Amino acid sequence: MKDTARLAEPAIEARSLGLTFQTADGPVHALRDVTLTIGRGDFVSFIGPSGCGKTTFLRSVAALEHPTEGSLTVNGMAPDAARLARAFGYVFQAAGLYPWRTIAGNIRLPLEIMGFSRAEQDERVARVLELVELGGFGTKFPWQLSGGMQQRASIARALAFDADILLMDEPFGALDEIVRDRLNEELLNLWSRTGKTIGFVTHSIPEAVYLSTRIVVMSPRPGRITDVIDSPLPRERPLDIRDTPEFLAVSQRVRDGLRAGHSYDV
Amino acid sequence: MKAVLPVSVVIAAIVVLWYGAAVWMNAAWVRDQAARAGETPGFAQIVPQTLNQERPVLPAPHQVVSELWKGVAGQAVTSKRSLVYHGWITLSATLLGFVIGTGAGILLAIGIVHNRAMDLSVMPWAIASQTIPILAIAPMIIVVLNSVGVTGLVPKAIISAYLSFFPVVVGMVKGLRAPDAMQLDLLRTYGASQRQTFAKLRMPASVPYLFASLKVGVAAALVGAVVGELPTGAVAGLGARLLSGSYYGQTVQIWAALFAAALLAASLVALIGLAERLTLRRMGMGR
Ligand SMILES: Nc1ncnc2c1ncn2[C@@H]1O[C@H](COP(=O)(O)OP(=O)(O)O)[C@@H](O)[C@H]1O
Ligand SMILES: [Mg+2]
Repeated sequence: MKDTARLAEPAIEARSLGLTFQTADGPVHALRDVTLTIGRGDFVSFIGPSGCGKTTFLRSVAALEHPTEGSLTVNGMAPDAARLARAFGYVFQAAGLYPWRTIAGNIRLPLEIMGFSRAEQDERVARVLELVELGGFGTKFPWQLSGGMQQRASIARALAFDADILLMDEPFGALDEIVRDRLNEELLNLWSRTGKTIGFVTHSIPEAVYLSTRIVVMSPRPGRITDVIDSPLPRERPLDIRDTPEFLAVSQRVRDGLRAGHSYDV
Repeated sequence: MKAVLPVSVVIAAIVVLWYGAAVWMNAAWVRDQAARAGETPGFAQIVPQTLNQERPVLPAPHQVVSELWKGVAGQAVTSKRSLVYHGWITLSATLLGFVIGTGAGILLAIGIVHNRAMDLSVMPWAIASQTIPILAIAPMIIVVLNSVGVTGLVPKAIISAYLSFFPVVVGMVKGLRAPDAMQLDLLRTYGASQRQTFAKLRMPASVPYLFASLKVGVAAALVGAVVGELPTGAVAGLGARLLSGSYYGQTVQIWAALFAAALLAASLVALIGLAERLTLRRMGMGR
């Protein structure tokens, strides 16, 4: 019974969310009136020009920022409580691996902090290394790995403690196109195998359309949502889906949404 | 190994310049002596006499080397004329002071990084402490401690600590603050405590900074120990050799003691460099 209730409950729910930074140059409205429901197992991308509050939204979900208006729940809890319940893992643009720890040691970091037993740590590290296709690289140091592999390790680190929400802020933004395609494919694979809920910030329209079940288009000053697109694409997505008319149609709608957001500025 | 040639060229150049300077500076005395004897020696006669004087203005390199050798190998190490004996006296004060200074520096840095009040209050004092000339404050420390019955090693070590804590504070504050906002945020998403953040992130991140500071600190500690030996009219230590050398115009002895101190400092810095390389390699950061 309890389980069905949990299933019905959205992973992330924001109602009239607002966040204003008080700065020396006056208030900055990073988010205004953001209302959004993200269901369990959704893959939601946030796209928009820089400064439209994508990062701020994700950070609010992770309790790294505290909204000034409205309400926000994560797994039905306040973000701070959700953090204690290990509801989410966060992946930043830079892998941020500790140079003094091996890849396995880096993935072990959250497990050590959360107090998992040594045996359980080993078991989990091995499992997530396989999941991101880094089996056999556990004993390497970060500098011995390419940028793409480092980012995969940082995803493994976020997966290690079994959070069911993965928050990713431009995780592949610093990587080249070819590596990026490959990681996008792997990420979809990982998502369909694990059933995680993923919140994904990107600047790239093809990336957003390729990955997401829903695309949230945002615009700046104040940061707000201008369009939410439910993708008609099937969950199973080979890379060449990007040449289908459906894909191009969704891309066009995202582009229109971004343009509409921009027209406020001019 | 590629460094051998340039290094030996530089050393050779210094030795040549040094001999030149010794001839030039010590010639006056030779001419004086000759004038008193009613002679006017030529250049070829002056030169040999400038390089083997008892109390030259500037001793020649071979004089310093031979005095060093005599001091190190030519005596029982317990002899009052042994540089090993005096070096050990100075070294022990240096090491004790260095340990105290490093410990204090690390503790202060931890306080400064974690406590805003300490950040605002300690740093200005630390900086102010280093603007006071050590030569002014050393006698006061020695005299005050002597008057309460603390003599010998400890007062010198305190002066060493006074000089060596500062680079450690500065380096460690920088090192403990080296992790960027993203890395701190990541730990926040794990719900890490301040203690865990310190142990898992700040401390390991500060290690390279610590070693850089330790190298400066140990050299400063040695200077502190030598300076600490001067005001007591010192009986033992490299500082005492400097002092007694200057009382009696024994320039060769002064220079030998200076070189002994320099060699000691270089060895200490080299040892820390070795520890640095081993530690960083063990941590996976040595490349
Ligand atoms: N800590 C902060 N203090 C002040 N202003 C901030 C802060 N963080 C973000 N902002 C501002 O909030 C707005 C939204 O930022 P952000 O969420 O980073 O945008 P995005 O990720 O979409 O590029 C920007 O105008 C940014 O300058
Ligand atoms: Mg951003």
